[in-house]
Amino acid sequence: MMIEVAHFAFVLALMVSASQAVFGLVGNGAVAIRASLASLGLCALAFAGLEWAYITSDFSVLNVALNSHSLKPMLYKIAGAWGNHEGSMLLWVLILAIFGAGIALAKHITDDTLRARALGMQGLIATGFIAFSLFTSNPFARLLPVPPDGNSLNPVLQDPGLAFHPPMLYLGYVGFSSVFSFAAAALINGRVDQDWARAVKPFIAMAWLALTAGIALGSKWAYYELGWGGWWYWDPVENASLLPWLAGTALLHSLLVLEVRGSLKRWTIVLAVIAFLMSLLGTYLVRSGVLSSVHAFAVDPARGAFILALLLFYGGGAFALYAWRAPALKTLRLFTPVSREASLVANNLLLIAMAATVLTGTLYPLLMDALNLGQISVGPPYYNATVVRMAVPLLILMGIGPFLPWKRPGRRTFRQTLITCGLLTVAAILVIPVHAFAFGIAVWLMVASAAYAWAQRRNFNLKALALVLGHFGLGLAVVGMLGTTLLKTEDIRVVKPGDSFTVGRHTLTFKGVDYVYGPNYGADEATVTLANGDTLKPQKRWYPVSDSDTTEAAIRLYALDDLYVVLGDRDTTKGSDAWVLRTTIHPFVATLWGGFALIAMAGVAMLLQSVRRKPA
Amino acid sequence: MTPRARARLVSVVVVVLGLALATGFALYGLSGKITYFHTPSELATLTPRQLDRTIRLGGMVRDERQDGETHIFTVADNTAQVAVAYRGILPDLFRVGQGVVVYGKYDAAAKTFNAREVLAKHDENYMPPEVKKALEKPTAEKQP
Repeated sequence: MMIEVAHFAFVLALMVSASQAVFGLVGNGAVAIRASLASLGLCALAFAGLEWAYITSDFSVLNVALNSHSLKPMLYKIAGAWGNHEGSMLLWVLILAIFGAGIALAKHITDDTLRARALGMQGLIATGFIAFSLFTSNPFARLLPVPPDGNSLNPVLQDPGLAFHPPMLYLGYVGFSSVFSFAAAALINGRVDQDWARAVKPFIAMAWLALTAGIALGSKWAYYELGWGGWWYWDPVENASLLPWLAGTALLHSLLVLEVRGSLKRWTIVLAVIAFLMSLLGTYLVRSGVLSSVHAFAVDPARGAFILALLLFYGGGAFALYAWRAPALKTLRLFTPVSREASLVANNLLLIAMAATVLTGTLYPLLMDALNLGQISVGPPYYNATVVRMAVPLLILMGIGPFLPWKRPGRRTFRQTLITCGLLTVAAILVIPVHAFAFGIAVWLMVASAAYAWAQRRNFNLKALALVLGHFGLGLAVVGMLGTTLLKTEDIRVVKPGDSFTVGRHTLTFKGVDYVYGPNYGADEATVTLANGDTLKPQKRWYPVSDSDTTEAAIRLYALDDLYVVLGDRDTTKGSDAWVLRTTIHPFVATLWGGFALIAMAGVAMLLQSVRRKPA
Repeated sequence: MTPRARARLVSVVVVVLGLALATGFALYGLSGKITYFHTPSELATLTPRQLDRTIRLGGMVRDERQDGETHIFTVADNTAQVAVAYRGILPDLFRVGQGVVVYGKYDAAAKTFNAREVLAKHDENYMPPEVKKALEKPTAEKQP
């Protein structure tokens, strides 16, 4: 019964969203606000209905029968609702409705026509995606006869990562829909000014913050899950999340120019549109199954075609609107080649060039295949030769840019600070034993960001805090990226109980393997002790319901490096107690996660700053 | 030149340079750094130079055995098969009878493909598009 109510609510949400689109776009704000709140209520009811079916293990619902099991732990019953295509699309639409209600209720928006039209656009997007969900991937379909139990969720996905990574990422992807809606509304109204920038900023900050956190959580998950290529693999779907992040980061910076100086109007609008189109492209790449990737679901091609149609409709519509209305948006402010504005323009160009390069690499295999030029894949070597090199000038500029005042070249004091930072960096490079240039750039960014914080100590507001956290955090993260990539040591060997061996600075002793039981699995669990008394327990689990294995690495995080131990198969040729053990040392992983956390906190600071009524 | 025209000129030059840089990097990057995908039956048709590259090999896993830290398994399509050696721990979704994609180099003398990575997927029903195509190919040719 609950599921029929949910289904009905979802169909109603389609109607309500369509009316929200119509009333909003003609400028009737009062109706659009009510419609967006009703739409949120209906989508929440639909989602709650599906969740209820998962929590109570109602296997008469096809989606639950295919993806859940009565013995599964509660966390994975709840999270399992979005661990599959249909359920995750429902979550997608729910988040879309949450952002719609956010636009309806935001107190900092002063322009009522802007609010109405943005709500209209949001309704138009919701209509498309609810239709997609209902017509191609309905999560509410019933199953007869009712099976005694479900197929369970793929054990690899039974991980706390599933509870947080997808919702966060969707919050980011879908968050850019609101930014897109504001951009389209501004084009219809023919007004892009500082008020618009202030209205849209919290939404950009929220989407960017969630996307950053979602990518970081996914990176962490892929790092400890075996066979997913580590913290970053340049997998097409990873790229699909990086594209809106790069565009969104460019947008945040161009918005600063619009907010403070009133220039870069049209460019900011274009970026707002691109950021959302990149999110849609990501959705398309994941859902259509056109690319070989760790994320690919087994799907039918009709879904891909539907999302592609939506992508072309919203993208084509937005650019047509832009071509028609943008010439009216003139910017009259000027600036010199060395100024804060110029550095932000350079930032934008580099970020967009990086996004274009990632996009080329991601779509190139599809193009080659379509032209029958052979099946290829584009992996880390390509991205290391392109994107990573483009990051070098970007990271250097990120240290300099904040010191430049608006409109004109910097004063002498700034130059002296920068020269001091440069000398400190050179001193650091002389001490760093390996890969001095690469680590030096990260050191430079951290030193320069810290110097900026010091220079601003008398008026250190949230805006300065966001800048320092974001830039310093990226420097810190780059140290971790370089450490894990360039300085990794791996050891693989067959061990017997009592064997000791040394990897890097750690000495490990293999004690043996015991059989242990979890809630819905059994596992071989190895005990490995370290000279400092720490114990690691890597597992090989067996899930009887789906008859599948998972490997659970044991990871110990130290400040300097990360010890990563994986239990392999029993080596019967050498005796029943001989096992394969893989040990990897990843230096500086702690700074990678720490850096990601600081970058996400920069998003929080930006969000807090932008929802304050008076400009900080 | 008015200041406005100069500002515009500067921005045009910067945009053009940025795009040129990006395109240059992208083309340079793609020229030598793409990875070709081959099926076991295609391995026999490759020139020594093509074999010298690191490639992706895809097909169905036929059988698997273990020799210490090394796993040796057969990857097959509908007409040919090749032995693959991988030193390491196989990902969880690796199974006999399922599709697999491995990344590495073919050693023609030893008739063994040395895999550096074994790629695992998210979903046990999922078949990489390349593998699916490789398995469909010969049957499609038989049809009139």
